[in-house]
Amino acid sequence: MNTFDYERPETVADAIKAGSKPGASYYAGGTNLLDLMKAGVRTPDSLVDITRLDELQRIEPQKDGSLRIGAMVRNSDLARNDLIQKDFPAVAEALLAGASGQLRNAATVGGNLMQQPRCAYFYDAHSACNLHKAGQGCDALEGVNGKHAVLGWTKTCIAVHPSDFCVPLAALGALVEVDGPDGSRQISIDEFYRLPDASTPPGSTLKQGEIITAVTLPSDAKRFAARARYIKLRDRTSYAFAIVSAAAMLHIGDGRIKDARIALGGVAAKPWRAREAEDALNGAEAGEAAFRKAADAALADAKPSGDNAHKIELAKRILIRALKAAADGTPATMPDLPGSVFATGKEAR
Amino acid sequence: MALRISLNINGTEHGVDLEDPRPTLLDVLRERIGLTGTKKGCDRGQCGACTVLVDGRRVNSCLTLAVSLDGADITTVEGLADGDTLHPVQAAFIQNDGFQCGYCTPGQIMSAVGLLSETGGQASAEAIREGMSGNLCRCGAYAGIQDAVLEAQANIAKAGKS
Ligand SMILES: Cc1cc2nc3c(=O)[nH]c(=O)nc-3n(C[C@H](O)[C@H](O)[C@H](O)COP(=O)(O)OP(=O)(O)OC[C@H]3O[C@@H](n4cnc5c(N)ncnc54)[C@H](O)[C@@H]3O)c2cc1C
Ligand code: FES
Ligand code: FES
Repeated sequence: MNTFDYERPETVADAIKAGSKPGASYYAGGTNLLDLMKAGVRTPDSLVDITRLDELQRIEPQKDGSLRIGAMVRNSDLARNDLIQKDFPAVAEALLAGASGQLRNAATVGGNLMQQPRCAYFYDAHSACNLHKAGQGCDALEGVNGKHAVLGWTKTCIAVHPSDFCVPLAALGALVEVDGPDGSRQISIDEFYRLPDASTPPGSTLKQGEIITAVTLPSDAKRFAARARYIKLRDRTSYAFAIVSAAAMLHIGDGRIKDARIALGGVAAKPWRAREAEDALNGAEAGEAAFRKAADAALADAKPSGDNAHKIELAKRILIRALKAAADGTPATMPDLPGSVFATGKEAR
Repeated sequence: MALRISLNINGTEHGVDLEDPRPTLLDVLRERIGLTGTKKGCDRGQCGACTVLVDGRRVNSCLTLAVSLDGADITTVEGLADGDTLHPVQAAFIQNDGFQCGYCTPGQIMSAVGLLSETGGQASAEAIREGMSGNLCRCGAYAGIQDAVLEAQANIAKAGKS
C-alpha cells in the first residue's frame, strides 16, 4: 500500500475542504477502500476520515413522512432499525443478505453506494481496465466474465455494481443527498450512477470533494411495506456477491396490482430499476402469468457481454420468484436466511 | 506522517506511535502490542480470522485503519477469559470440538461473542450458520462450531436467569 496523509475533520464543511484536494478520498468503513488500496488499485494521496462526523450518523423521520438516513450509519444498524424493518422491509432484507456480520458492522450507507465493482480485472492493478484509466481497454471482454453485465453495458466496461442494499433503494426511488464545494444537491439514485458509454467507464456522478451526506426514502415508498422482498442468487447460501438479485414490491388493492416497484442487482453497472416491468404489472392480477410478462419486459433489452447468457434467464426466474414472495406478503419476522432462495417460509405480516 | 494513538485493549490503555497511517488494527495488535491471538488469514476481509470487538461490535481488524480508532475499546480473544475461567463461548468450543487446527478459532470465537450480543440469545441453528458465515474454517469444523455457538447461547441465557 502506498502511504498517504490522514485527516480527521470535525465538520462536514471541513471534510469537503480536505476532500476537495486532488488525490483525496473519503474513508468511511474502509472495507472496500482499504481492500483496493492493498491491491494497489486505489492509491489516494490523502484519506479524509469521516467516521466521527455526528451529522452523518442519524436516522431521522422527516415531517413529510420520508426517512432520512445519514451516510455514516452502519449497514447493520440500519438493518436492525425499527423504522426500516417496519416501513422498508426489503431494504433491511437486502442489507442482511450482503457481506458478513463483521463487514456489515463496519460498512456504511455512503460506502455501500460508492463500492467498486468486483471484476477480477479491475481488482488486478496489472490488467487492462478502463476503470483504472479510461482508454486502457478491458481485459474482461476476453476473460473470465460469467458474472458480468447483461444490461446497459458497452465494450468500455462490462462490470456490474455489486451492492445489495442499492437494489431496493433503486426500486423505491431513494434520493441521494450530496454536499460539496459547489453546494448541496439531491438526486434520485437512478441518476446518481452513470452507465458506461462508447468511451467513458461507469461510475457515480460525484465530483472531487463531493460527499454523500444522506439517503432519503420517500414517504410514498411505505405503501409497499406489506409486500416487499429481496431475493439474491449466489454461489453459496451466504457471504457471496449476487449472481443476480431482485427487489420486488407490490401495492395490491381490490385484487389488482395498483403499483409495483422492481429493481435488479448483479445485471448492470448500476442497480437496475425495471420500469417496463413495473408498467407491465400495473392493473394486472397478481399471479404467475403477470409476473412472467413483467420478467420478460425487464430483460427485453438484455444481451450477454461474454460467457454469461445464462444470467438473462436466471434474472427472469429470480424476479418471478421475488414477485411471488412479495405477493405472499412480507414475513412477520426477518427470515433466518435473509434474501436467500433457501429461506424457509414464515407467516406473512 | 507520525501519529500517536491510544487504544484500550482488553482493559489496558496502550499508546502506540505510528510512523505513518497505514497499519491496520490487525497489524498493530500483532506486531506492536504482541497480541498474536488475532490471526491474519486473507488480510482482505474474506475469512474472518482477524475478527475482534471494537466498542463491543465484531469487525474485521484487517480492513480497519488503527489510526481511525484512536480512543476505542478493543477486545481480542486474549481478553475474553476471566483469569482461569473461560468465557462461555470459549468453553463451548472445547466442549463441542469447535475446531481442528485452531487457526480460525480466535476469529470464530470473537465472531460468536459479537453475534450473540447482536441476536440477544434468540438465534436458531440456521440463524447461527448465517450469522457466522463471515468466518471460514479450512478444516471444516463447521458442525462443531454451530453446536458450540448454540450451547454458548443456551448457557449465557441460563447464567443470566440464575
Ligand atoms: C469479503 C467481502 C464480501 C462482501 N460482500 C458483499 C455483498 O454480498 N453485498 C454487498 O452489497 N456488499 C458486499 N461487500 C461490500 C461492502 O458492502 C462494501 O465494502 C461496503 O459497503 C463499503 O462501505 P464502507 O463504509 O466500508 O466504504 P469505504 O471502503 O470506506 O469506502 C468505499 C468508497 O466509498 C467512498 N465513500 C465512502 N463514504 C462516502 C461518502 N459519505 N461520500 C462519498 N464517498 C464516500 C470512499 O471514498 C471509497 O471510494 C463485501 C465486501 C467484502 C470485503
Ligand atoms: S484476515 Fe481479516 S478477514 Fe481474513
Ligand atoms: S480449525 Fe482449522 S481452520 Fe478452522
